[in-house]
Amino acid sequence: MTGTIYTETVVYLAPPAFTQDVPYQVVIVTFADGSRITGRILGDRVAIGDPVEQAEVRNGVPFFRRVK
Amino acid sequence: MRPVAVAAAGKTPFGAFPDRDLRSLAVEAGEKCLKNGHVSPSQVEAFYLGNFAGPSFVGQNHLAPYISTALGIRDVPATRFEAACASGGSAFFHAFSAVSAGLYDCVLVLGVEKMTSQPTARVTEILAGAGDCSGEIKAGSTFPSLFAMIARRHMYQFGTTREHLAAVAVKNHANGALNPDAHMRKAITLDQALNARPVAEPLGLYDCSLISDGAAAVLLVAADRARDFTDKPVRILGVAQASDFVALDQKPDITTFHAVRRASEKAYEMAGVGPRDIQFAEVHDCFTIAEIIALEDLGFVERGCGGPYEASGATARQGEKPINASGGLKAKGHPVGATGVAQICDVFAQIRCEAGDMQLKRHSLGLAQNLGGSGATCVVSILGNV
Repeated sequence: MTGTIYTETVVYLAPPAFTQDVPYQVVIVTFADGSRITGRILGDRVAIGDPVEQAEVRNGVPFFRRVK
Repeated sequence: MRPVAVAAAGKTPFGAFPDRDLRSLAVEAGEKCLKNGHVSPSQVEAFYLGNFAGPSFVGQNHLAPYISTALGIRDVPATRFEAACASGGSAFFHAFSAVSAGLYDCVLVLGVEKMTSQPTARVTEILAGAGDCSGEIKAGSTFPSLFAMIARRHMYQFGTTREHLAAVAVKNHANGALNPDAHMRKAITLDQALNARPVAEPLGLYDCSLISDGAAAVLLVAADRARDFTDKPVRILGVAQASDFVALDQKPDITTFHAVRRASEKAYEMAGVGPRDIQFAEVHDCFTIAEIIALEDLGFVERGCGGPYEASGATARQGEKPINASGGLKAKGHPVGATGVAQICDVFAQIRCEAGDMQLKRHSLGLAQNLGGSGATCVVSILGNV
């Protein structure tokens, strides 16, 4: 599953369930069919327009990484 | 549909009040409002409560009769409205609808939230319940992060800058310094806003509204009976509520709020006025980017022009379109369920020329915009002199 970064942020202040992950990047990815999903980033930070691929799914949450 | 007026208002200060509970705040605002309207509890024909998360913040449910009976209001319908940060606005909209339809002549609308008894991380978690918990929230989104993603996209599409965002914070803090009931009465500099610690990039601490306790109330009456309650009633010329997707990733375009556009179109049509006629507004600046987008969605400026408009000074007290003369959610404070009702109180006070140091020169036609979640609910109200 590949797509493009529609928008992104890096979270510094998180609820208890995510405090151990801080700072972490949350993104919205647009797929080729126009649909979107909210997920997380593994590895290097990404910016709007970057191509990404889905690396894994943890607890139903898609994790993406930048396509080199 | 018959005309409806606001006859009286009452508020608590907003802030962190460790020795006050939710009900005592609500009762204080409600009693002030009834006293200002020279109304006894037995004259109130229905009670509309705006509250977002009392059950989570303080562990109390069934809040509407819990509060109305403490005010001495007995027997009549008492109902809680929950629409995230637009809970107060939604209670106001539904109260208006009932009076306008002829169901009641005199109703009390009250908004309250008691937030500061929980640590910030837990508050963040409770607020996140206004998002889509099966998707965006499960992925680690917080409300600051949802608005941060909105800001990033707005910057990308329109060239909005961090300085534009900071201009909103500086202006609203300057306004809040004049508000005796504001949570934070402290002016800040542009440098302070720009160099604050990050919360969710590109938003820093001063881009975010406050975690507050507080309550606000207004008395709505049939306009033809308004003079029984006050010499200075204020007419509700237009009010509308609209809705949209809860999840940010379901919206086709996150740089505009569809519900704000729909609610404002309806409210303008009902009032028979346009955005240019509005002399001042209280808008929902839960985050600085939200005020910038509100200016665009309410039609005060073209799309993408909100940032430069803020930086130009046009929205300052002395500007052509004063926005959030009360200090807004940013400085006045944001006790979530109280916010939408407090906005009505602030517009009401301006129109009656009772806003003290906050009083604006042009004050006969004002607008309040109350947003829920990342735009899933919006209530827009237009108030004016009778």
